[in-house]
This record gives sequence, structure tokens and C-alpha cells, in this order.
Amino acid sequence: MNVTITINGEQRVADVAGFESLLNVLRDDLDLPGTKDACEQGECGSCTVILDGEAVCSCLVMAADAEGSDVTTVEGLSSDGDLHPVQEAMLAAGAVQCGFCTPGIVVAGSHLLETNPHPSELEIREALSGNICRCTGYGAILRAFETLSEEGT
Amino acid sequence: MRMEFVAAQDLDEALAAKAQQPEAQLLAGGTDLMVGVNLANHRPSQVIALRRIDELRELTPGRIGSGVTWARLERDVHRGLAEAARTVGSPQIRAAGTIGGNVGTASPAGDGLPWIAAADAFIEVRSQARGTRVVPWREFFIGVKRTSLEPDEIITAVVVPEGVPVAQEFAKVGVRNAMVIATVSCLVMRGGDGFRIALGSVATTPMRATRAEEMLNAESTFTDATLEEVARVVAEEVRPITDHRSTEAYRRYAAGLLARRLVERSLR
Repeated sequence: MNVTITINGEQRVADVAGFESLLNVLRDDLDLPGTKDACEQGECGSCTVILDGEAVCSCLVMAADAEGSDVTTVEGLSSDGDLHPVQEAMLAAGAVQCGFCTPGIVVAGSHLLETNPHPSELEIREALSGNICRCTGYGAILRAFETLSEEGT
Repeated sequence: MRMEFVAAQDLDEALAAKAQQPEAQLLAGGTDLMVGVNLANHRPSQVIALRRIDELRELTPGRIGSGVTWARLERDVHRGLAEAARTVGSPQIRAAGTIGGNVGTASPAGDGLPWIAAADAFIEVRSQARGTRVVPWREFFIGVKRTSLEPDEIITAVVVPEGVPVAQEFAKVGVRNAMVIATVSCLVMRGGDGFRIALGSVATTPMRATRAEEMLNAESTFTDATLEEVARVVAEEVRPITDHRSTEAYRRYAAGLLARRLVERSLR
């Protein structure tokens, strides 16, 4: 069946067999590999996208059920080669090591700042509690978002 | 084989589809169903998606639509349920997962189920052929991931009876704070009719610690010895198993401890 989804402001059509996840359709059919595929059970957050205004795990969204939805992926956060402020802050804080969790953290974190421009440390920790990073120990990631919170991006 | 997919726009459409295809898999937040698809090779041949149905997303103090997400329940008036909602998965999971999914999946570890048991809530279900049934929770949950829902029925709401105590406390034991499936969970309510103690992950279904409740409700003063007795009686009356998440002995100990702590908290 054909599924029409607005992705990063652009209407896209994918032919899905049925049960596959939005994550698989983004990566394999729509050439948007920024959203990462890791645990496939909603544990790690590396596949986080914004679906109709909510940050969700795209591995747990049945692609067929995304018909008519509005999706933002990490590719939609930067424009013309300019990084999103969250990406700039993470670079400046050294919050990236292997980088695999980074797109999910950028999407979840940018969603946090959109809904709450000055989050406390606790609110940052809570908002990113569904995103696992096995390299950094989270300290540098937290510092990146604390800087952004102070700036009130 | 290609899957048949119905994106139901309203409840009547969903009920008609379920009447026609009783084997169809219902899809709400996807947080259980898609794990089966991704990791257990689950290949549903028919899916009825419920997330577009406005009627299922209605939320009032007396009736919680089955399509209400944990993210909304976190901010709702029922304090114990809000506390339980806050412990579900992560923000991403809470934005998608629904209370109806929790009820329908009927995992012994379902985070919303101890509150339903303590509130003596009802599960409202509907079918095209027989209309609405309102089922007491004890009759709805009948085993591990087993309910009395008929194949042509859809869960429409959790109905909250009048007079649920306002004082509600929830706690859950697990290996970490975020993204954790309960090893043991407990919900205590305290009102005019006394204490209610409900537990999760310690039996095939959510359960009430009725002996501990009776014991407490016969007391007029609450000393350390009373609280110790609560812990002992709860540990005795739960019916946990040993599995990959914990042992029977630890679950008994933790159930008693949580009940004791929450009763103590509700006395403050």
C-alpha cells in the first residue's frame, strides 16, 4: 500500500508491505539514514523523530499508521549546511564520541528546548532518559544542554 | 503476503472492521505490537489502527479513554496513576503508549494496572453486535497477558467509580530509573473506607493485598509494629514467580517493603 507522509516539510510517498516500521521506511525507502537503527524495541532512543509534534521512537511506529502525518527527522533540523543550535552546542561541548546516539539526542533535545526553552538539569535528564549513550557517560551531553538552557535558544 | 490495514477514523468504523475480522490486531501506540514485529517476527495479517479515533482520547476524572497516552496521564488528576505514568518507559514511549494498550496487553508488570485494581475501576469494552459492556477489573484480567475481552470487542475506556480516595501513592522497583519494566510495583490509597493496597508483577494479574488491608483497617493507631506487620502480611500473600527479572524471594521482600513505605507515606 502507498503511504503519504510529510517529512521535513516535503510530501513523500512510500510503498509499504504493511508491518514495517517508520524507521525502516525512512532509512531504506526514503534515503534518510540520519535516523539510526539500533535496539528496535524503543529502549535506546537512537531512532527518535518528531511525529505530529511529539518525540517518539520511529521503530515503534508502524509506517502504514504514519499516513497523513507530519514527521521531522534529524535531517530536517539543519538547513543549507548550517547546523542546528543543539548540534553546535554538542560539538562545542565535546558531547559526541562514536556519534551513533547523536541524531536521537539532537532530535529529543531540540524537542525539549522547543517546549521548554530553559530546562533545569533534572528536566534535561528526564527528557533524555530514553536516549542511551554508551560512550560519553552523559556529562558532556548534559553540559551542552545546560549551555543551551542558559542561552534560551 | 501484504497486510490489510484499516486506519479507523471513528469508533464505529473500528468496531465494524473488528466484527468483520475478529482476528485483526488492534494498534494504538505501537509500543508493544511493534516490538513483536521487530524482534519476534510477529507478522500481523490484519491491523486496525485506533489512534485517529477522537472518542477514545476523551479524558474526564470519571472516565479515561483507552487512547489516552501516558504523557497525558502524567499530568492528570489521579495522583497515583500520574505517578505510575511517569515511570512508564521514557518520554518517547509515554508520548505514544496508551492506557488501553496497557490494559489490553495485560502484562503482570503493566504500570497502570495496580492503580486500576486499587481504584476498583471497570474496563469498558464495546462490540458492534452487543454494544457496551462494563467489566469489573477482577473479571477482566484473567491471567498472564490474558483478558476476558471477546475477539470482536475493543477496549474503549477505564471507568473510575465514585469515591476513589484522593490520597494515592505509587512506587516501583526496577534496575534503573528510566526505561524499566517493574520487578514489583505497588499502589496504596487511603480514604474514608480505609486502606487499599494493590500490587503488580507479583501474580499472574494485578492483585489486591486484601489480608493486609483488613488488618490495617482493623487498627486505629499505626505504630512501627503495625507497619512491620503490613510488610510481613503483604510478603506472604503475594504470589510471585522467579523469572529473568527477579526471584520469588526478592519479589516477596520488595512487595512488603513497598507496601509498608507507601502506607507510611499515606499516613503523613
